[in-house]
Amino acid sequence: MRPFSLIRPTTLAAARARALAEPQARPFRAGGIDLLGLMKEGLRAPAELIELHALSATEGAEMRALAATEGGLRVGALVSLAALARAKGLPPSFEALREAASSAATPAIREAATVGGNLLQRPRCWYLRHPDLECLKSGGASCLAEGGENRLHAILGGGPCYIVHPSTLAAPLVALAATVTILGGGGRRTLPLEELFAPPRERIDAEHRLAAGELLLALELPAPAPGLRSVYEVAKEKLSHDWPLAEVALSVVVEGQTIRGARVVLGHVAPIPWRALAVEQALVGQVASAELFARVAPLASVGARPLAQNGYKVALTQGLVRAALHRACDVPIPE
Amino acid sequence: MTGATKLTRRGLLRGFGAAPVIASCAGPSSGEAAAEAVSPADPLIDAVAIGPGLAPLDLRLNGAARTVEAAPQATLLALLRDQLAITGTKEVCDRGACGACNVLIDGEVRSACMTLAHDVAGREVTTVEGLATSGAPSPLQRAFVELDALQCGYCTSGMLISCSALLSRARGPLSRAQIQGAIAGNLCRCGCYEQVIAATLSAAGERSAL
Ligand SMILES: Cc1cc2nc3c(=O)[nH]c(=O)nc-3n(C[C@H](O)[C@H](O)[C@H](O)COP(=O)(O)OP(=O)(O)OC[C@H]3O[C@@H](n4cnc5c(N)ncnc54)[C@H](O)[C@@H]3O)c2cc1C
Ligand code: FES
Ligand code: FES
Repeated sequence: MRPFSLIRPTTLAAARARALAEPQARPFRAGGIDLLGLMKEGLRAPAELIELHALSATEGAEMRALAATEGGLRVGALVSLAALARAKGLPPSFEALREAASSAATPAIREAATVGGNLLQRPRCWYLRHPDLECLKSGGASCLAEGGENRLHAILGGGPCYIVHPSTLAAPLVALAATVTILGGGGRRTLPLEELFAPPRERIDAEHRLAAGELLLALELPAPAPGLRSVYEVAKEKLSHDWPLAEVALSVVVEGQTIRGARVVLGHVAPIPWRALAVEQALVGQVASAELFARVAPLASVGARPLAQNGYKVALTQGLVRAALHRACDVPIPE
Repeated sequence: MTGATKLTRRGLLRGFGAAPVIASCAGPSSGEAAAEAVSPADPLIDAVAIGPGLAPLDLRLNGAARTVEAAPQATLLALLRDQLAITGTKEVCDRGACGACNVLIDGEVRSACMTLAHDVAGREVTTVEGLATSGAPSPLQRAFVELDALQCGYCTSGMLISCSALLSRARGPLSRAQIQGAIAGNLCRCGCYEQVIAATLSAAGERSAL
């Protein structure tokens, strides 16, 4: 790693002003896991790291909070994945979030990695991460995955670049209708988390819609509707150490046996956390059953355009959606 | 790779296979040009700066207070192994992916290769050297020896750290699943996972028999 300075600001204003003066050279550092990885590969060489952990107790309170609200939950951007995974008293409705937080990365990484950093980490595409290659996202002329090694790339919403969004927390947070609060030049703003993410067609240099120097402060999960259940399902090549091949996080509101609401979000198959709207629509108003789930699961891949090597993700995603629905609705999987 | 694949100058020398090898030799770069210091035209407001260049920090290491000097870009792993010659903690991937460099920071398992030396200012760091009490191996360390929980030993210090942390936080009898969860980030190329689980169960049993 090239030499740099560590800047430890005590106030939010100081952190933002310092970063804003030279955004490329002065990234915020939260857990630093993604940043250090990029810096070790020589993909980033910042002059300064603005350390968010240095914020004073009062200035950093919102970013560090992990607290129940009226029935819901507030998760500060600096909360670690490990703290989220072992939080006591997380409403059972938010199970998908706990499952995702305790399955991402490794136990040691989860202690350092933060919720904010997880949502804002760069994609794992091996062309983007290769120190010697230039792809669309690193200033080159074309997406090297489109005609190259693309077994881990997007089947949905891809083009002109085919990354998959790397964040394991994104899908459950979107499934639970999280909102995110951002601190920027115009003050604070709150938006649905879904709207934080930018597909490559909209923005090629980043995967989010934050402006330079903007800080992600916290996420808020609204109080779950009565009967809301959520689950997270993931497929990996290896049971531990590994990145997901495909993930699904979904929440369903079940009244009696009838599904009254559903949010189905796919991970690692698209450049952004991907709402499977066709599945959601096909579920609402229906009675939960194995037949229903078998019928709606294939809708998860509506619009999919697999590349040469990632066609397997179509069946994998459908299978994960089906398994998740069975578990969320307590319907046994038929033999 | 396709014909359109473009190589940049930065890495021509490295070649694909050699890249990780060279990267792992790079270490903390004392010889490299220093980054520009915080300039008077760009003063710090409500903030302190560490570096560029060596800066002191205080920590507790295996129970003893230490004051050391480290560059901002030095990882905790480089501080331990290269600077302090405390080499029980191993370096394998240097990317947070193998668990060989696991240490305890205030009792939490952390990857020393993905932690900066200055992150541990004011904190308590425990390496594998700190698991023994007054020179005697811990019950877990003894169980590793007795039950052959290692072959080459390269993963062992990381395994011991992960399993020690589990033993100190878990109450009641341990399950296999708990141990599997605790070592989910520890890669063992020799495939000693079963013996590591057996040794940890044995140490837990010994403890509850007391
Ligand atoms: C072996 C291994 C396996 C992994 N497996 C997975 C996995 O399965 N799933 C998964 O999701 N991840 C995985 N990861 C990635 C890891 O989870 C992320 O790197 C980590 O969550 C990033 O969080 P951080 O706090 O360390 O971010 P940092 O590296 O500190 O920051 C990342 C980016 O976000 C910006 N940033 C951080 N916080 C804020 C904020 N509050 N406001 C504005 N900008 C901010 C930073 O400037 C930087 O650009 C894995 C990593 C490793 C090493
Ligand atoms: S050397 Fe740190 S995790 Fe592999
Ligand atoms: S004993 Fe050789 S890597 Fe584990």
